[in-house]
Amino acid sequence: MSDVYILGVDMIKFGRFPEKTVPQLGAKAALMALDDAGLTIKDMEALYCGNLGQASAMVGQRILQEIGQTGIGVVNCSNACATGATAFREAWMSIKAGVHDVVLAVGVEQMGKGLLGGGGAGNGIPKEGLLGSGTMPAVFAEAGMEHARMYGTTFEQFAKVSVKNHHHSTLNPKAMYQIETPLETVMNAEMISYPNTKLMCSVNVDGSAAAVLVSEKKAREIGMSRAVKVRASVLTSDPYSDRDLVMPDVNAVTRKAAAKAYEMAGLGPEDVDLVELHDCFATAEILHYENLGLCADGEAGKMIDDGEVGLGGRVPVNVSGGLLSKGHPLGATGIANIYEVSTHLRNEADKRQVEGAKIGMTHVIGLGSACGIHILESVA
Amino acid sequence: MSQEKAVSGPLPVVDWLKGADTDDPYLEGHRCDECHAVFLGERSTCSRCSARDKIKAVRLSARGKLYSYCIVHRSFPGIEVPYISAIVDLEGGGTIKGNLINIDPDPEKIAFDMPVEVVFKDALGRKDKDGNSYLSYFFQPAA
Repeated sequence: MSDVYILGVDMIKFGRFPEKTVPQLGAKAALMALDDAGLTIKDMEALYCGNLGQASAMVGQRILQEIGQTGIGVVNCSNACATGATAFREAWMSIKAGVHDVVLAVGVEQMGKGLLGGGGAGNGIPKEGLLGSGTMPAVFAEAGMEHARMYGTTFEQFAKVSVKNHHHSTLNPKAMYQIETPLETVMNAEMISYPNTKLMCSVNVDGSAAAVLVSEKKAREIGMSRAVKVRASVLTSDPYSDRDLVMPDVNAVTRKAAAKAYEMAGLGPEDVDLVELHDCFATAEILHYENLGLCADGEAGKMIDDGEVGLGGRVPVNVSGGLLSKGHPLGATGIANIYEVSTHLRNEADKRQVEGAKIGMTHVIGLGSACGIHILESVA
Repeated sequence: MSQEKAVSGPLPVVDWLKGADTDDPYLEGHRCDECHAVFLGERSTCSRCSARDKIKAVRLSARGKLYSYCIVHRSFPGIEVPYISAIVDLEGGGTIKGNLINIDPDPEKIAFDMPVEVVFKDALGRKDKDGNSYLSYFFQPAA
């Protein structure tokens, strides 16, 4: 099986673009990624498109209507917040399978403001606030409190994640926000679901990201100087766990994916130079330090206290600003993360560059649940 | 008007709350005879061990321990906050989520593993479009 390389990858600056359509947003990132690869849509053999909000509306084909209807096969996919990573992985698999040599993956989302989750009335009466809460801030607060229960993790430690990621985003011009948020500001912000304040919740934004994936043969033909090698691509669903049906288990699904990814890459967590992980809420990031093996179980609180996950630390996490500050356009997130890590591996991340980065990891969780992990390697 | 369509007695807030119109309401689980996993709602195949046709209805305990929680301060319009969204492990199996009541929504007052009991009350006055009232379950600190 051929190795798979990323030759072009880019994302639009995340923001709010109500005047644009979803295909227009997706088309923009697609063209940027094609330009980055030095290719055109006429070179693409297939398109893998990830979007949630218009999952049944043929977004991929409508992107081609914006940039070139070449008649290639299009796969539209939705997989909650793992949607972008799933589209990228489908593209990767098509090359692995030997079906294609050059394909395009696009993730795109246009979001409203406000709380996600919670659901409607169904057949009876609304259950929100009656049978607990199904809103995302609450669900991830409960997951964080499980960690607090096991290891004594504090509100302050959770809040420090947000301080770090907002700081990182001041160095990322493509992030939604570039604002420092000191610890007191984070902890005193409006409480949404304890222990997550408003500044500890990801930002709902519009965004898109895209990547051009190629076979090794094609990479050598076109030129490898800025290529990024895909060392592992893994997707898991949540294995059975006792409380999973009332308390989505984001840990087991991640641990399973991480173990498979390290095995596929022939690497371990100690080899990883930077990580973009799914900080949909500050509480979630803490869990994933352990789930991804970046530290031993029970040491995540210490890891944030000691600054190991900040830029310049032992293993910088979410130097893009993360979902907390760069923003979280659901279907785009899993490719935007790949853009961020690739940019460091290409040594093109400017002020936020993780020095000497050779191996990077991306991680997303779609609640319900799906986990996508990619391990990428610098080729240069 | 819609009130005319209302049935007598409250309806269950979820289909695994049984006996809503009796004086002995309870929560029903479905337990796998093979691996003893407990589910909420009927099913024929176990998602833990994949055994088929081994699932039997069981009456869940009305006592349990607080496993995890959060305190909801922002919800959708019309929903009273703050409240405690709690995850409770029931004695003998089964984990359920609901509101923890009769305790301050203050992390200083709430302890992991605190014993709680399941109580049944009207669903905060919520009615469906036909005017039916509903019986819901809540958790409160065990006496």
